[in-house]
Amino acid sequence: MGYVAVQGGAEAIKEANLLAEYNNCRAGRAISVEDIRENLKKMVDSVMSESSLYSPELAALAIKQAQGDPAEAVFLLRAHRSTLPRLYFTTVTDTAHMRVERRISAAFKDIPGGQILGDSPDYRHRLLDYALCAQSPADAQDFARQYEANIREASERTSAEQSGNRGRLPKLVDFLRSQNLVSNPDLSDEPPHDITTEPLVFPSARSSRLQILTRGMTGAVTALGYAKIRGFGISHHPNIGELRVGSLPLHILSDLSGAQEEYYIGEIEATEAEIFMEAHCRGEEAENVLGIGLGYGLCFGRNETKAIAMGVLEHSMENPGPGDPTSDEEFVLLHVDAVESTGFVSHLKLPHYVTFRSKLDRIRNIRKEQSRV
Amino acid sequence: MFKEKHFAFLDESSKKEIRRAVLKAVAIPGYQVPFASRELPIARGWGTGGLQITLSLIGEDDIVKVIDQGSDESVNAVSLRNLIQETTNVRSTIRTQEATLIQTRHRIPETPLKEGQILILQVPLPEPLRNVEPSEYKTKKLHGEGDYSGAWLKMFEDIMRYGQTATGADHPVCVDGRYVMAPSPIPRFDNPKLDNSPALLLFGAGREKKIYAVPPYTQVVSLAFDDYPFRRERFAGEKCRLTGLSDVYLDELTDETTGEIYYQINDSSYLLEHLNRETEMQTE
Repeated sequence: MGYVAVQGGAEAIKEANLLAEYNNCRAGRAISVEDIRENLKKMVDSVMSESSLYSPELAALAIKQAQGDPAEAVFLLRAHRSTLPRLYFTTVTDTAHMRVERRISAAFKDIPGGQILGDSPDYRHRLLDYALCAQSPADAQDFARQYEANIREASERTSAEQSGNRGRLPKLVDFLRSQNLVSNPDLSDEPPHDITTEPLVFPSARSSRLQILTRGMTGAVTALGYAKIRGFGISHHPNIGELRVGSLPLHILSDLSGAQEEYYIGEIEATEAEIFMEAHCRGEEAENVLGIGLGYGLCFGRNETKAIAMGVLEHSMENPGPGDPTSDEEFVLLHVDAVESTGFVSHLKLPHYVTFRSKLDRIRNIRKEQSRV
Repeated sequence: MFKEKHFAFLDESSKKEIRRAVLKAVAIPGYQVPFASRELPIARGWGTGGLQITLSLIGEDDIVKVIDQGSDESVNAVSLRNLIQETTNVRSTIRTQEATLIQTRHRIPETPLKEGQILILQVPLPEPLRNVEPSEYKTKKLHGEGDYSGAWLKMFEDIMRYGQTATGADHPVCVDGRYVMAPSPIPRFDNPKLDNSPALLLFGAGREKKIYAVPPYTQVVSLAFDDYPFRRERFAGEKCRLTGLSDVYLDELTDETTGEIYYQINDSSYLLEHLNRETEMQTE
């Protein structure tokens, strides 16, 4: 009988997986994927956004499987994404066609179409609500039914005009462009880079930067955006021109019917932020006049802080300043991705016996030779 | 939505794209080809670059071997091999000479490789100039211009400070007289195995999104000065406790009962083969 390889590794992995499964099950509770989708919507949204995969069902499943660790859930969805072939690309969606559910401007009080506070936690006091400890599905249903009844009653009392024109609203930035306060962008018909199928090279295209930021980690994008406006960049603070949450219709081009036609394939919820930054504009006479520069943020779901920070960072990289780390595209773009940063940091847990031994060899030799001198 | 796993996990167009990057890498030895690295069910930094190459090249007739820091049974080697096998059903082996594809982290096997074999190394940091220049845009230019003064200067500074170069693993090499390349953190002991190798050597960095290659029979020289020649790790007087061999990379281990340090061959399949050959000879 010869020597055989020890099967320690395989055995250990199996046992570790079983123990993790047991720890998750030992209280005898199992949260449903549907509960996660309906009650943990903000988490579902941020996981979809960081995964760049729009599917509330799969995101909820990933959150359950990851036991609520957002980075782990993103990792699961990104891996799933790698198995899917690209069948179609959506055609250009004009965000002016967003069906708006919430929309605010911090720059102007009166904006064409009006401000809509919508569903927002911004003015809620963050006091622990102990009543939630005892909330049952029946309580939730009762509240929902009552609320819907109230809304129906209210809408019967007001005319259609007073209830506002929820839906398509004019964009504030168009108004500022008409006043020449914001320079008109050079229109580009260049197809956007797809960072998931083409390598990122530097200097990067704006389309690549926007894609990396929109699927960046919420926390990382927020932290770097904060650094930019706090002091490692500009000293004045930006204004939110317009922040919108709503649904965007998506279409694809296909020749299913024999001829190339556009097909509506559904809608996605998104948050869009247009951030006003101080900038130099091209004036009609002078080359350089003070004006308003625009930073743009867009991400899946309700993810307002991230969309705002994205706009700040995007503008920062478009207008790099000396010694400003947040305008260094390599510094920002190569470090905000959830899968990459958590992956590399966690790989430190892998054995490094060989490489460490090699380093030790150097240290010992250098010491030996130095002591001889 | 819930279907069976695709052969070798990645969708076919992704595999084709990765193979194209591999072909380009083979055509320009030592040059880092950027590619749109895909996410895998294992974490970035845990071998996704190597794994994407393996999954793109693997066919039903391949025999695969996976090693991590010299061991076929290290947890990460087991985990990667399981993923490859679950998604492809190909045969795996621990015998170096039997494998057609060998995915490895931080070691080149002790058994000499032969023609037709492909060694796929997992790379954490593909850029040999990164420790002197943080910007990717600038290092790309330096490679284009063949400006490797930063790498030489780093070694010179080491010599000034410590009396010798201070690289541990990942000692930079020059490929085919043109590109300076990070050999991935293999110990310096393995650097000479890169030179004139009959097997194709591929390097995959998943997180950094680069693929590069050393085609068979290509000259690979470890960077060194004439008066400070390149030196491998020295295991002077150290021998493997089990086999008595000395010209192999040794793990340094501590005996739990006596507290004594002893040495053992790091390449686990090489060690097993050697032990088995010895027992066969004894029984004869």
